[in-house]
Amino acid sequence: MTEVVGIQHFMVLSTLMFFIGVYGFLTRKNLITILLSIELILNSVNINFVAFNKYLYPENLGGHFFAMFVIAVAATEVAVAIAIIISLYRKLKMIDVENVNEMKY
Amino acid sequence: MSETVFYILASFILIFSVLTVTSRKILRTAVYLLFVLLGTCGFYFAMEFNFLAAVQLTVYAGGIVVIIIFSIMLTSDLQDKLPAVKFKKIFFSLIAVLFGAAVCITTILSYEFPAMTTKVLDSSMRTIGLRLLGYQENGFVLPFEVISILLLAAMIGSIIIAKKADTEN
Repeated sequence: MTEVVGIQHFMVLSTLMFFIGVYGFLTRKNLITILLSIELILNSVNINFVAFNKYLYPENLGGHFFAMFVIAVAATEVAVAIAIIISLYRKLKMIDVENVNEMKY
Repeated sequence: MSETVFYILASFILIFSVLTVTSRKILRTAVYLLFVLLGTCGFYFAMEFNFLAAVQLTVYAGGIVVIIIFSIMLTSDLQDKLPAVKFKKIFFSLIAVLFGAAVCITTILSYEFPAMTTKVLDSSMRTIGLRLLGYQENGFVLPFEVISILLLAAMIGSIIIAKKADTEN
C-alpha cells in the first residue's frame, strides 16, 4: 500500500474536528451535549497523536500509547460526569448549565 | 492509505461532527457521535494500528456511547427538541472558532515536517504488550499503573456521587 496522504492532511482534519467540538462546547446548554462536544475534542487529539506516531516516529509507538491513555481517561471522565449529571437531575429535575451553580449550596 | 479512502473517511467524520454539535434532537446527537467514532476507527485500521482500532471500537463506540445513551434516557424527554440557540451566541462562537481554526491551519501548512524516517512501524500485539509492561527505555508501565488507580478512583467516586442521599444517614 503506498503512502500518498501526508501528515498535514491529518492535522488539518483534526484541527477542524477540534474546533467543531469547541463550537458545540460554546453554544450548547444541555450538560450531556456539552459532554459529547468534549468527546469530539478528545477524539480529534487522538487522531493527531496517531498520525504523528505513524509519520514521524514509527519506531517508538509513543503516540499509540498516548492515544490509549487518552481513551482510558475519557472513559473515567464520562463515568464521573454522568454520575454528577444524574445526581443533579435528581435534585433539580433538569440538566441545563444555568442551574448548575445550585451545587455550591 | 490512498487519497480516496482518506477523503471519504474525512468527509464522513466532518459531516457527522457538525451534525453532532448542531442537531436539536438529543438522542440523535449521541448517534451522530457514534458515527464520528466509527470513522476514526476506520482511520486507525487504515494506518495499521489494529489494536488501537479495536480499543476504540470497544471502549468508545461500545462503552461510552452506550452509557451516554443510557443517561439521556434517564434524564431527558426524547420527544422534546432542545431550545434554539440565540443568534448572538452563534455569531460570536463562530467568530472565535473560525479565528482559532484559521490560526492553527496556517501554522500547520507553513511548517515543513521533517521527512519520514526509514524505520518501519511495528504495531503487532507482541510489541504492544512488551512496551506496555516494560520498565526499560520506551516502556510504559508507570502510566499503565497510574491509569489503573485512576479507573478505581473514578469507579468509587461515581458510585458515591450517584448514590441516593437518603441512604447516607
